[in-house]
Amino acid sequence: MTPSSQAPARSLPGSGEARRHLIVAIVNNRPGVLNRVASLMRARNFNIESLAVSATDDPGTSRMTLTILGDEVHVEQAAKQLYKLIDVLKVQDVTDDSIVEHELALIKVRATKRNRPEIVSVAEMHHGRVVDLGDDAVVVEAIGEPGEVDRLVELLREFGIKELVRTGSVVMSRGSGSIEEQVKR
Amino acid sequence: MTQIGHVPGAGTAAAAESERARKEMLRDARIDSRDGARPRIGADALCEALLRQGSDVMWGYPGGVILPLYDVLADHPKLRHILVRHEQGAAHAADGYARASGRVGVCLGTSGPGATNLVTGIGTAMLDSVPMVVITGNVPGALLGKDAFQEIDITGITLPMTKHNYLVRSADEIPAVVAEAFHIARSGRPGPVHVDITKDALMGQTSAPHPSDEEVLAGLPGYRPKMEGHPRQLKSVAEAITAAERPMLLVGHGILISHAETELLALARKAQIPVAWTLLGIGAIDERDPLAYGYMGMHGWKHANRAIQSADLILAVGMRFDDRVTGNVRTFAPKARIVHVDIDPAEIGKNVVADIPVVGDAKSVLGALLPLIDTVDASRRAALFAELATWRAESVESPWHGSGGWRDGVLSADFVVDRIAAGCDHDANLTADVGQNQMWVARYGGFRRTNSHLSSGGLGTMGFALPAAMGAAVAVPEKRSWAIAGDGGFQMTLQELATIVQEKIPVKIALLDNKKLGMIRQWQEIVYAGNYHSEQLNGPDYLKLCEAYGVPAWKVSKPEEVDAAVASANAVDGPAMIWFEIAERQNVYPMMPAGKGLSDLIDKWGDDGEDVTDGASGPRRDPADPADGSGSGGAAR
Repeated sequence: MTPSSQAPARSLPGSGEARRHLIVAIVNNRPGVLNRVASLMRARNFNIESLAVSATDDPGTSRMTLTILGDEVHVEQAAKQLYKLIDVLKVQDVTDDSIVEHELALIKVRATKRNRPEIVSVAEMHHGRVVDLGDDAVVVEAIGEPGEVDRLVELLREFGIKELVRTGSVVMSRGSGSIEEQVKR
Repeated sequence: MTQIGHVPGAGTAAAAESERARKEMLRDARIDSRDGARPRIGADALCEALLRQGSDVMWGYPGGVILPLYDVLADHPKLRHILVRHEQGAAHAADGYARASGRVGVCLGTSGPGATNLVTGIGTAMLDSVPMVVITGNVPGALLGKDAFQEIDITGITLPMTKHNYLVRSADEIPAVVAEAFHIARSGRPGPVHVDITKDALMGQTSAPHPSDEEVLAGLPGYRPKMEGHPRQLKSVAEAITAAERPMLLVGHGILISHAETELLALARKAQIPVAWTLLGIGAIDERDPLAYGYMGMHGWKHANRAIQSADLILAVGMRFDDRVTGNVRTFAPKARIVHVDIDPAEIGKNVVADIPVVGDAKSVLGALLPLIDTVDASRRAALFAELATWRAESVESPWHGSGGWRDGVLSADFVVDRIAAGCDHDANLTADVGQNQMWVARYGGFRRTNSHLSSGGLGTMGFALPAAMGAAVAVPEKRSWAIAGDGGFQMTLQELATIVQEKIPVKIALLDNKKLGMIRQWQEIVYAGNYHSEQLNGPDYLKLCEAYGVPAWKVSKPEEVDAAVASANAVDGPAMIWFEIAERQNVYPMMPAGKGLSDLIDKWGDDGEDVTDGASGPRRDPADPADGSGSGGAAR
């Protein structure tokens, strides 16, 4: 019998190198499906960084965009477990695909009459736009890649952020490929 | 605005609906007249749907909101309802029914506590991939979320422990939902499906038709279990088998579920591959077969574990590399390439890295592999088989285990299990409970037939044996059904004695009474340095208990009395029980300590041989030595 001390160690699944993954899931548009997804991720110990849920062009389905932190095996497990849900029709890890990834943020910034023009110009220089202008606060809308949104938020932080909301990423593949068409096929 | 009574939001449609629902909840019978034709209601649709799925038995317990179903049961006489004494018993009985027969088990309970009592049984079925449809009633739809009497968010509770679940709020949905539930429960990797039905849905009139199989599939676009293995992967597997010098088949529940026993045997014979099995893989191959090598894992046979550790190819089929199987994954089968065949893609790569993954149904994959592999002559493996034979002999003849009496004059559990199996010509269905008894059954049950071993493997649910054996007895009446339980597990669900008496279910019970939580005691001895706590377990006088319930019973405390008692119990036309007073401090060996690997099995505890107080770990001791159970294990001191 081979003593375990002499044996080469079997490697465990996964590289252990965590990075951010983007998962797109097309699901049935039914009550409770969001709960099923959220419950699964919690029970299986997957950490959702962000989750965006929306309608698709088909009223019968919804689209979820999840960002998950983990190594490739961990995230593959998450995708496989998601796919086991009866209401999940299609799951894709699009992290390494050619995609457009955008999110939207609304940032309420402390403002004075004096620095308002500065806030407006900072916003506009970084693909933001002012959607509400008050005496002592400005609401800036930022749309773009999460990194771009991060940079604008950092710049606005100097003025004092009163409130911040972000939708989390939504993604779409470039070119003619369509996950929705794949589901219908 | 003037207030109308005390109704919140009075005057709105929602309030009116709520009020109507409250009245509905208190109204007992929908069917006003039993003479002549009556309208078809949701409860009728449910019964029809169950019968259409081939269900002949359901295990249940009534309660307020499920009464509309009981109100129509007499009109569906082909559907047998068995009244249990606790909903957990219903769930385990449906589970045992399913495991023994391969058919979908059905259980039901009312809302609230009825539903929560089913939960342990649902989890048990989920972890062991047992096909089951669980039906619960719920409060009328308009009262959902209002904390009505006996309301609990049961679909929220069962969501993570079912393959799928439904909340049905309209009678019209019932036929389609029940058909879907059965399809999901039994196909792919089976599992429990929960259907929660509101009282108004059970009572509502409906003309909804039952869907065809095609309609059921069309309604489940996101559910297409992959049955066939990928041809490229199958080719790789065949090549790996050809190249292997020391291949081992490691088979699990998937063989039994997919009925792949014939294909397994054919493959093992054609390529001359010895077979080891997991706890739930017991029965995949006749243990007498020359290629059947042994039950492996934490308490498996040492030779089987040794063979796994020395293999150069592991063909794992329909098993999921549970921690009780692999031990420390880093030291598991260190020289082997791993082929992992499973119908559930999520099992591939979950616990171990598969060198060749194959997603597919075990029967289909093994069947497709057969023509791809070369016939291997046994002479090619002569050296391997000689070595395996030596290991087996060493392991089986070890003084630490093997039947024949643990020590003189004291009854050993392994001996009892062996004699029960023999007394039933190795053709009974043996249902184990959880703990030491479970391991003794797994090791010494001498199984020859598929689905003849029932055990709560994944969840490890104490109290499983009696109700599950009850399910097996009803599902497969032509086979004897024995429940082999420890005194701990038996005391968790012994109320079902009343069920087996009332329903004349011929379950035979072997109570292995060591007046201990034996596995707890064993762990406290070996893992917790002899720091015993809460392992002493007093029970009632079980003969009086059985007398009270009307179950014929015998008490056996000597090895020479065992065979006669088993024969007597088998001769009873109906339930019977044998109370075996077994050694109080017998351990299950070998044992793989937690965190260790399959090469690190201990097959005795204590180095001091002669002097250990736990007789199981030392040589046979003076029979006069009192086994009073008051001392601690020797090596632990």
